[in-house]
Amino acid sequence: MEEKNRAELDRIKLAAQEDWRKELKKKIPTKERMKIERIKMPEREPEERNQDFFEVNLGLSEEQAMEEARRCLDCPNPQCVLGCPVLIDIPSFIKLIEIGKFREAAKKIKETNSLPAVCGRVCPQELQCEAQCTVFKATGVSVAIGNLERFASDWERKSGLVEIPSIPPPTGKKVAVIGAGPAGLTLAGEMVKMGHQVTIFEALHYPGGVLVYGIPEFRLPKAIVYEEVDYLKRMGVEIITNFIVGKTATIDDLRKDGYDAFFIGSGAGLPMFMEVEGENLNGVYSANEYLTRINLMRGYDFPRYDTPVPRAKRVAVIGGGNVAMDCVRSAKRLGADWACIIYRRSKKEMPARIEEIKHAEEEGIEFIFLTAPVRLIGDEKGWVKEIECIKMELGEPDSSGRRRPIPVKGSEFRISVDLVVNAIGQRPNPLIPLTTQGLEIGKWGEIKVDWKTMATSLPGVYAGGDIVRGGATVILAMGDARVAARAMNDYLMNQS
Amino acid sequence: MYKIIEKRMVVPNIHSMKISAPAVAKKCLPGQFVIVMVDERGERIPLSIADWNREEGLITIVFMEVGSSTRKLAKLKEGDELFALAGPLGSPSEISRWGTVLCIGGCYGIGTIYPISRALKEEGNKVITLLEARSSFLLYWQDKLKLVSDELLLLTRDGTVGLKGHVTTAIKEIIEREKIDRVMVNGCTFLLMVASETTRPFGIKTVVSLNPIMIDGTGMCGVCRVSIAGKTKFACVDGPDFDGHEVDWETLLMRRSAYLKEELESLRFLQCEEIF
Ligand SMILES: Cc1cc2nc3c(=O)[nH]c(=O)nc-3n(C[C@H](O)[C@H](O)[C@H](O)COP(=O)(O)OP(=O)(O)OC[C@H]3O[C@@H](n4cnc5c(N)ncnc54)[C@H](O)[C@@H]3O)c2cc1C
Ligand SMILES: Cc1cc2nc3c(=O)[nH]c(=O)nc-3n(C[C@H](O)[C@H](O)[C@H](O)COP(=O)(O)OP(=O)(O)OC[C@H]3O[C@@H](n4cnc5c(N)ncnc54)[C@H](O)[C@@H]3O)c2cc1C
Ligand code: SF4
Ligand code: SF4
Ligand code: FES
Repeated sequence: MEEKNRAELDRIKLAAQEDWRKELKKKIPTKERMKIERIKMPEREPEERNQDFFEVNLGLSEEQAMEEARRCLDCPNPQCVLGCPVLIDIPSFIKLIEIGKFREAAKKIKETNSLPAVCGRVCPQELQCEAQCTVFKATGVSVAIGNLERFASDWERKSGLVEIPSIPPPTGKKVAVIGAGPAGLTLAGEMVKMGHQVTIFEALHYPGGVLVYGIPEFRLPKAIVYEEVDYLKRMGVEIITNFIVGKTATIDDLRKDGYDAFFIGSGAGLPMFMEVEGENLNGVYSANEYLTRINLMRGYDFPRYDTPVPRAKRVAVIGGGNVAMDCVRSAKRLGADWACIIYRRSKKEMPARIEEIKHAEEEGIEFIFLTAPVRLIGDEKGWVKEIECIKMELGEPDSSGRRRPIPVKGSEFRISVDLVVNAIGQRPNPLIPLTTQGLEIGKWGEIKVDWKTMATSLPGVYAGGDIVRGGATVILAMGDARVAARAMNDYLMNQS
Repeated sequence: MYKIIEKRMVVPNIHSMKISAPAVAKKCLPGQFVIVMVDERGERIPLSIADWNREEGLITIVFMEVGSSTRKLAKLKEGDELFALAGPLGSPSEISRWGTVLCIGGCYGIGTIYPISRALKEEGNKVITLLEARSSFLLYWQDKLKLVSDELLLLTRDGTVGLKGHVTTAIKEIIEREKIDRVMVNGCTFLLMVASETTRPFGIKTVVSLNPIMIDGTGMCGVCRVSIAGKTKFACVDGPDFDGHEVDWETLLMRRSAYLKEELESLRFLQCEEIF
């Protein structure tokens, strides 16, 4: 474990020794706590919600949250914290919820996570904090850390009591952040809190990155993202939209304009295609295009909004991750009679969050496993009408540890469709690498960093999130940004 | 931000606008474009940069009213502001000392060929600029273009001014008259295609500025993909300039018309909003 992490964990353990915590712990015996059933997240009925873009999950009530909080054992050595990439003091905030101090709980989370309302909704908790939870290990059903995190931050936001932390006197250092996704926003928040002057340059017309252009409204309402962004602005972060670093100005230009340090959080915005025949037919989309039309451009509200998005009857989405789930559930909401996922491995290997898969199933999405597309067939006007697939079987595990799919000879079959979305993955955005001299790049186009500091090969230039990891997660991007912030602060303060 | 400083209707249905965009003006090069959003509910549409003034921080666009977005844009007045403008995008046109270059512009391309002719001339080429339109009243910027061309040729289909007839014949005549080392074409897809097909038998490199549908303009969505010599390219980052002899025109035209139905619906909606 890293030095800093150990220190943080010690602090968290110490907090558990406060009297009120010890008292509270004694109130209900551990055995009793373990017997409490996990509170089910209230959600809208599948047949109702798959007709619109409003949020599916409704959030816990105060009573429900307090009840769920009782399930947490306030472990002396809380493993859940180690599962969280930003080391949230999970037991502290949960115990604050248990005693009804919701505002304090929210503040506690914000000490290390600047986007709690987002993470509470989209983190793959079952792989992170909740996977390490003692209650999970003992009973198989973890404390609902994510749901509680969401509750606390929603509560704070709705209460209108969001406080702006006090900002130390200016250090006189200027930081340029490239990209306003989770990585860039987090770094910006950390750096203003240390007294630096921060400007975020964002290529699109709204900040938020994937949170606004990719993840749909029904999973993450955009209003939440904008409020988080607004919070940063109130702390003094400047955000310049419609500014494409590498085009509008390069990093070298910005250096000449007086920026002392840089953080590249430009994401994995390069869509990959399957490279099969027929991929340029009309009605064939990259997930990025499809979701951008829907979310960023609000195509689901066409023609009130000008950007059209096709309303197809039979939709096939290729892929098995969160991106694929978002596409297929959106297609359903746009009126598809039939929408399916085509995935080349089996359900077990699907990288999507469990909740997304469950929600998709409930909403009437069909899953076609162990199947891969081989070509797309168009009609005489150039529109896709069929997708030819081949069956797969699972062979030996590959480098990722998942069993490699192998095509079954002669098993080709066709599905009739009028829309196909490619959600097979993204690569790091090449614009910055191409326009920045001396930046070291890996073989997938990712920016190379020293993982201890997130420093790139250029002095004073740091990077994090999907541009260094390829497609990863929101919280990992934020974790990178926190590491980078510490290192960047050291760098700036050691400069004359 | 992005204030409209000057607006003109250069010919019926085609407008020019000078817009305040200092960062773009500082950096832009011939052949690049900007993405514009008229208002918050608007589409992101690509428009080429037809001229600029780096000191004053202004860029000029020339656009044709074809659907709702360009129509909304045309309704803005001097002093109004655009909701968003991003750029300069795309790879700049390749400008070098080729020798004699034929620059062809039609419809909005008459405006957007201007910085290209100018740069080629500054580079020391002999520049022949050919402007094409249905009739004389649809030609514009002749004075500007004359200054940056060694020869300015006008072509109208009805013969009201300059040469009469079709662009194919005009190109052939020029090629047969003198040695042309390179051809650059800006304008509607049809013009780009016809010009490329005309020069193909002569083996003269013909560079066309493609205009597929775009959204982000930064390589993020892939909607702008075009097939060039059998390979898929993103017009917004790999182009918009491509070798006209390598373009798969059929796919391009097909992809361009993907939203015909929605475009009509959008226009009807805009008309309703205008009336009520
Ligand atoms: C559809 C979808 C669903 C997802 N679902 C989940 C989920 O449920 N849970 C989860 O944890 N993760 C999910 N992810 C992954 C997660 O969103 C990403 O890992 C995360 O957003 C990465 O953050 P980032 O800040 O590195 O990049 P991004 O969020 O991609 O942000 C990068 C930003 O930089 C901007 N930019 C790029 N180049 C430039 C430039 N040259 N100049 C200026 N700005 C630039 C971009 O416009 C963008 O706004 C999902 C991703 C997608 C696409
Ligand atoms: C790199 C690039 C640079 C461009 N530069 C310019 C420019 O400088 N000036 C300019 O006027 N346009 C330019 N275009 C085209 C411009 O982006 C489109 O005209 C615009 O998006 C149309 O939007 P709309 O909503 O008004 O029309 P839509 O509603 O999208 O289209 C209405 C109808 O007109 C057709 N149509 C659209 N554009 C054209 C066209 N250019 N020629 C013929 N038919 C068309 C469409 O297929 C559709 O049938 C450029 C395109 C690209 C990709
Ligand atoms: S941020 Fe994510 S990993 Fe960390 S506690 Fe919250 S839900 Fe768990
Ligand atoms: S591991 Fe589980 S039970 Fe223990 S403190 Fe963390 S959330 Fe509570
Ligand atoms: S416009 Fe989106 S990739 Fe070119």
